[in-house]
Amino acid sequence: MGVLNRKLWRDLVEMRGMVLAIALVQVGGIATFVMSLSTYDTLLIARDNYYRDQRFADVFALLKRAPDSLAGRLQAIPGVERMQTRVVAAARLAVPGFNDPVIGTLVSIPESRNPELNALHLQQGRLLSADRDDETLINESFAKEHNLKPGDRITATINGRRKQLTIAGIAMSPEYMYAIAPGAVFPDFKRYGILWMGRTALAAAYNMEGAFNDVSFKLEEGAIVEDVIEQLDQVVARYGGHGAFARKDQTSHRFLSEELKGLETMAAVFPVIFLGVAAFLLNVVITRLVNTQRNQIAILKAFGYSNLAVGRHYAALVVVIVMLGLAGGIAVGIWMGKGLSALYMEFYKFPFTDYYLNAEVILLAALVSLVAGMSGTLMAVYRAVRLPPAEAMRPETPATYRTTIIERLGLQRLFSQPTRMIARHIERRPVKTLLTVGGIASACGIIMVANFQEDAIIYMIDVQYAMSQNQDLTVTLIEPTSRNALHSLAGIEGVQHAEGMRAVPARLRHEHRTYRGSLQGMEPDGVLRKVLDSDLQRVALPVEGVVLTDFLAELLAIKPGQSLTVEVLEGNRPVLEVPVAGLTSEYLGVSAYMQRATVNRLMKEGDVINAVFLDVDEWHSDRILRELDDMPRVAGTIIRETAIRSFHKTMEETILFFSFITALLGGIIAFGVVYNSAHIALSERDRELASLRVLGFTRGEVAYILLGELGVATLLALPLGYLFGYALCSYLSNQFRSDLYRVPLVLEADTVAFASSVVLVSAIISGLLLWRKLNRLDLIGVLKTRE
Amino acid sequence: MTISPAAATDAADTVFRVRDLTKVYHMGEVDVHALRGVDLDLVAGELMVLLGPSGSGKSTLLNILGGLDTASGGTVHYRDQDLTHADEQRLTAYRRFHVGFVFQFYNLMPSLTARENVQAVTEIVPNPMTAEEALALVHLQDRMDHFPAQLSGGEQQRVAIARAIAKNPSVLLCDEPTGALDSETGILVLEALERANQELGTTTALITHNADISGMADRVVRIMDGKISSIERNTTRVKASELSW
Ligand SMILES: Nc1ncnc2c1ncn2[C@@H]1O[C@H](COP(=O)(O)OP(=O)(O)OP(=O)(O)O)[C@@H](O)[C@H]1O
Ligand SMILES: [Mg+2]
Repeated sequence: MGVLNRKLWRDLVEMRGMVLAIALVQVGGIATFVMSLSTYDTLLIARDNYYRDQRFADVFALLKRAPDSLAGRLQAIPGVERMQTRVVAAARLAVPGFNDPVIGTLVSIPESRNPELNALHLQQGRLLSADRDDETLINESFAKEHNLKPGDRITATINGRRKQLTIAGIAMSPEYMYAIAPGAVFPDFKRYGILWMGRTALAAAYNMEGAFNDVSFKLEEGAIVEDVIEQLDQVVARYGGHGAFARKDQTSHRFLSEELKGLETMAAVFPVIFLGVAAFLLNVVITRLVNTQRNQIAILKAFGYSNLAVGRHYAALVVVIVMLGLAGGIAVGIWMGKGLSALYMEFYKFPFTDYYLNAEVILLAALVSLVAGMSGTLMAVYRAVRLPPAEAMRPETPATYRTTIIERLGLQRLFSQPTRMIARHIERRPVKTLLTVGGIASACGIIMVANFQEDAIIYMIDVQYAMSQNQDLTVTLIEPTSRNALHSLAGIEGVQHAEGMRAVPARLRHEHRTYRGSLQGMEPDGVLRKVLDSDLQRVALPVEGVVLTDFLAELLAIKPGQSLTVEVLEGNRPVLEVPVAGLTSEYLGVSAYMQRATVNRLMKEGDVINAVFLDVDEWHSDRILRELDDMPRVAGTIIRETAIRSFHKTMEETILFFSFITALLGGIIAFGVVYNSAHIALSERDRELASLRVLGFTRGEVAYILLGELGVATLLALPLGYLFGYALCSYLSNQFRSDLYRVPLVLEADTVAFASSVVLVSAIISGLLLWRKLNRLDLIGVLKTRE
Repeated sequence: MTISPAAATDAADTVFRVRDLTKVYHMGEVDVHALRGVDLDLVAGELMVLLGPSGSGKSTLLNILGGLDTASGGTVHYRDQDLTHADEQRLTAYRRFHVGFVFQFYNLMPSLTARENVQAVTEIVPNPMTAEEALALVHLQDRMDHFPAQLSGGEQQRVAIARAIAKNPSVLLCDEPTGALDSETGILVLEALERANQELGTTTALITHNADISGMADRVVRIMDGKISSIERNTTRVKASELSW
């Protein structure tokens, strides 16, 4: 087969432009596929290893205060393998040179020893020394934000008392991979820190000597989590427990899981679409490529080459092209996967950055591409060899052009001869035109998805912060406090308005479904916090009953009018039955809203609040923050603006990376489709076009005939692409629904405009490349050789 | 069952037996009757010239003889093989081991040089000439490494002829092999065909518009409107070198 192999290489070199364009499309599809799946695998494995190495606990419980002697009873609960009691305290922190309010969670660890459960991964410095009570370890992200190093000092205000602490080391913990302040929606590494202190020192500062308020458990193999939690709840109930919860409800783990779930969706949906589109294009392009070789296939057959030999020859051609794309795609995919994994691992504070690539991922990518390429090839070869060679040597469809609709309608005088040729050509080969249109449309859709995420997030922020949460500051109080406290806050100079609220941690239950959340008691006529429905209209809070986020109602399978069981996890833990009065649409978190007065009444407490929303004069905000900082009852303050900023930052890193890649790959696909379609059209029609040139048509007219058809296809593809993009986005938005956030289906005009521009620019570039090629068309050569 | 190359030298007298051959092309609503009942025998070693006006069905007939096209009705036998009912595999073997075909439009592979175009055929048959020998027969030894686009129409046609004779086929089917050539080169080509016919006993059918060429044939078959209108036997064959037009 020596000569045929030579033919193969020459054909490849001759078609290098197209080969490259096909390979690019493939690289796009396969790279996304490999990147997403390998990143997901990497993160999952890394997380599990990390959890295992640091012995991340299975069950957690928070109490008010329990004596150390209770430990024995907890350890005796069936199913518990190991247990660890701790003192955990909220504190306000002061970092030298930083004026914003900073809140911290103080966690006790054994002096000079790494805890047995939730062990720390020490990054810098050393563990605490046993003989000092003013040392602390701090979490890595907080240290990095403030550029803190071992030996630096920070101040913590615990229970109203200031304590100077020296940083002994910088650590990471599986418990705080996603370090998010209690009640916050987004992490803010600069304004929230984790401090690990010696048990004795922290207990002394927090009045917890001989007692603990936090306990974590490692369960025995095969232990049933729910059973342990139930027993545990009974034991700790009289110590003011907030209810035990499993790892799946642990904050950091939940955020991480949610992120992984998102990534999994991305990995399952997105690359599959990409790979599918690439495979589809590969198929279309290869089919047409082989079709242009029909004549040569017929000659080979005429000389006695068997169908098998011919099929093998073209299969080899396609394998080379597919392999090029595959090799490139895998290489780029690994490179991007490493980058993306590193980005995630950095964000989630994994202590290591090993990258895992499953062989299956590569095999699958190879299989899909090969099947797509091969099926196109073999179908086209089959169609060509099925015909007797004499027939196959004629052009595929005998040129049975018809007059077009335009002409039948008698409108031809409105159009020039070249325009009529375009119309006839499109009408004659509607399927081919449709495939081109389909390819371009999918590229357009993919690019829209890239921007959709940004649009959706901006919209989420808008709704969350501009419409529903108007407060500048949210002040949380150490414990429920008389509503009179509102007056002292409102009295601070510069505070324009103050509104109280009462939040109660609770387990919400309907039939067998439960959700750990809280009951939010709001002022019904509040102007700073409003509960909105999906049309962004205010929902009135009824005197009786609770208003649920629609997604929460879905989770609990409860409808308005039905009764919700609220197991309060605070105080004397009443169990309440409240009717669901209505639903609200929100994109961030889920909540159960009530009137504050109703919450107070149900809790059999006075007129109390435990958080305050403030509207402040920006001029005075620094001083207000300082004053708040000095108030002993204030647990912490969240500034709205910084919340928005930190949210943006969080999202930007991961989403923009994805968006950028998506847009890039979408552009490549668009380019690949248009370029290949045009190129094949040229090789299919070179004789016709050369004849026209010989007959005296200008270059411009001939180019117009060829490119005009592509222009029409591109323009037809755009609206179809919008539809496809919209469908993709709505699918993704559906996939991304969780109790942490729901991505609204928002597509802004600029997203559509952007996708259109990418497609148009790609089309124009390939048009120009083709125009060049057309100008270099060797008229005589084309007309002389009869393939 | 396949046709072995050895069968080619087995000199049964009738090589082709064509009976009531018809061919209809369906062109949308119109049926084109390219052949309307052709009866023809070709005997081993004979050189037959097919003459006829454009569109009379000459190429159609030759294509069917070469196993390149299927008949609509009637039968074609190549020795004891029924070509009209042969399956794909048999037709492939038939084309590969027995037929040398020269197309009216040269049909070279554009990405292969002259030499490689010939090699593409010689590679898959037993006992071929070398590509160089075959190209020398048509006086193209100096242009062997040129691509089709670098050759004139006549030169391309000569490559196509070299390609056909290089495999030492048992039948040579040539569709206007000299159509694009001047008389001097045309005679070179005809000499090469004549040599194959006389020295190797290759049964040859040759389509031409050029009545002058018919002198070199054993028989001259005229086709009109899809039917054979006359068959003449030349008492003496004129040597190709003595032809002129
Ligand atoms: N594939 C086809 N589809 C439809 N009609 C065809 C096809 N091939 C040939 N014909 C028609 O069949 C008739 C015979 O064609 P053929 O090619 O055999 O003629 P020919 O004698 O070789 O003519 P020429 O000397 O011009 O080559 C013609 O009318 C031609 O138009
Ligand atoms: Mg003909």
